[in-house]
Amino acid sequence: MTEMTMVEAIRLGMDEELARDERVFVVGEDVGKRGGVFRATMGLVDKYGPERVIDSPLAELSIVGVGVGAALYGMRPICEIQFADFIHPAINQIVNEAAKMCYRSNGDWTVPMVIRAPYGGGIGGGLYHSQSLEATFAHHPGLKVVIPSNPHDAKGLLKAAVRDPNPVLYFEPKKGYRLIKGEVPEEDYTVPIGPASVSREGRDLSVFAYGMMLYYALQAAEKVANEGIDVEVVDLRTLYPVDRETILNSVRKTGKALIVHEDNLTGGYGGEVAATIAEHAFTDLDAPVRRLAGPDVPSVPFSHPLQDWFMLNPEKIANAIRDLALY
Amino acid sequence: MEKTNVIETKRETRDEELSKELLQDLFWTMLLARRTDERAWVLHRQGKIAFHVSAIGHEATQVGAGFALRRGQDWVAPYYRDLALLFAMGMTPREFVLGLMGKREEPNSGGRQMPSHWSLKRANVISHSAPVATQTTHAVGIALGIKMHKEDTVVLATIGEGSTAQGEWYEGVNWAAIHKLPVIFLIENNLYAISERQDKQMAVKSAAEKACGLGLEGVSVDGTNVLAVYRAVKEAADRARAGEGPSVVESVSYRITPHTSDDDDRTYRTREEVEEHKKNDPLLIARAALQAQGALSAEEYNQMEEKAKTMVDEAVRYAEQAPYPTPDEGSYPVYAEEVRRD
Repeated sequence: MTEMTMVEAIRLGMDEELARDERVFVVGEDVGKRGGVFRATMGLVDKYGPERVIDSPLAELSIVGVGVGAALYGMRPICEIQFADFIHPAINQIVNEAAKMCYRSNGDWTVPMVIRAPYGGGIGGGLYHSQSLEATFAHHPGLKVVIPSNPHDAKGLLKAAVRDPNPVLYFEPKKGYRLIKGEVPEEDYTVPIGPASVSREGRDLSVFAYGMMLYYALQAAEKVANEGIDVEVVDLRTLYPVDRETILNSVRKTGKALIVHEDNLTGGYGGEVAATIAEHAFTDLDAPVRRLAGPDVPSVPFSHPLQDWFMLNPEKIANAIRDLALY
Repeated sequence: MEKTNVIETKRETRDEELSKELLQDLFWTMLLARRTDERAWVLHRQGKIAFHVSAIGHEATQVGAGFALRRGQDWVAPYYRDLALLFAMGMTPREFVLGLMGKREEPNSGGRQMPSHWSLKRANVISHSAPVATQTTHAVGIALGIKMHKEDTVVLATIGEGSTAQGEWYEGVNWAAIHKLPVIFLIENNLYAISERQDKQMAVKSAAEKACGLGLEGVSVDGTNVLAVYRAVKEAADRARAGEGPSVVESVSYRITPHTSDDDDRTYRTREEVEEHKKNDPLLIARAALQAQGALSAEEYNQMEEKAKTMVDEAVRYAEQAPYPTPDEGSYPVYAEEVRRD
């Protein structure tokens, strides 16, 4: 075990997969000498050469489109989109091509690829370096969508994504790149894509979150524990396909559900979790399902007071927990 | 490396000398595609199929390009008008008609995609969608894999001239040029993007001119002349194999039919114009050329027509009786883990 940051764990995951399988390669803007703008690929080009750590032209659609083609050929591309906000030009390739390839060819062609993208605000990135886009992609059968919340899962999920025979969107909580630290095993392990995990057991209410908000939710749970509220925190980890069983098991136990995400409220991922609970665990509920999410404005504004207004934090989550606990 | 399947090819087509056998094979493939295509229109008028994308007028372009490849080893990223190209790559009339009817065993998609949305795994023909130009970057990615593995195979990426207006086409060609990847970007210029003539799609006179802004070679050939296309694509493929990078080849012909069976081309072009272009029918030009060279006797031609009719008749008979997918087959394979082979 070594303590490391999120970004170090992600880099280690890529490093290990590049070493393990020569079909794996990394492609994206500034991933070579620069090591990526967040340094997620730092040093990889020295180790594996510019043929396997490829600086791409500044055109996101082609980063993904070329990745899809390479995957069809039999390679295992890891495509880096510099900021999730820049993924929109590539949506046609992700949604119409990668997601539909297996189905539309009746399984003759599959797309084993990973698309990595840093997401989320709170880093002074303004509208276009802050977005959370998981709901956009967690709507498309054929894709898998994962978001790690800690270094252990970051490495394990990344390695699982590289080995997965399908296109996997791997969103990285960029505010947590260096903020979130944790123990990471040195050995070769994967965290399976699909299952959610219970990060903290509790009896009074369930908080469902992922990525940066999971980290904050754990802090919020600590705060309210001193007040006698015993919170269960469930890390969804894989948003698509959704692990309904873990969600329902938790809410059946606690009877109360709070869903937290940084993405906008309306049409956000929380709606799917809430609907799942309403459909299958209605009679187990002791309170209405609550959602705590980013406000319905186009994206995260830049100026500090505005950004702070937009962003959730442990205190806002703790308040929502207190409210729900009182119901 | 996972190896892909290889189609049965009758012979290699690498020799510079164009044998009588090769010339006849080119012509036969054009003829078979044309007669199958014509039957598809009949089936549509009979109400037996719902949709057809015709390649009539494109046969010289597509068969010339297909035969210039090492079929079964090289890769193809096609677009929807490539019926004759698919025949050149080994798709049979039976397989095509099964696709027209959405039958279970059609090889493109098992009845999931509309007709003419190609995929033929055994021939390295990748699956494509309907939003145009998306296959361009796929071709580039395949070529990247080829280069990484130091193979001497190439990728043919086809596209209509209108679709070269898409940003994705430029992005793909740019990428291939930067990395000197083995791709041939074949532009099938038939003068129309549904109803819009070329001058509404581009300011350049020839789509091949777009290449010079991206740093690669671009040539334009007469797309009604199968041998001209064959030679141009072969030359581009040779360069690609030699590590000299990608090429743009524009092949100019005319779309003799409407865009699809759902289009009515009388709304945007005159009958006189279409009739004029029918004089440059690539099938007639090829037949006349072969006959002039003594490479196709009247008897041989008649035998080919007879054989084509028999094959198309059989294809329709077979496809009509073939089963549809069962409704539950609509539920898979969304993910690679769900692929069924039965």
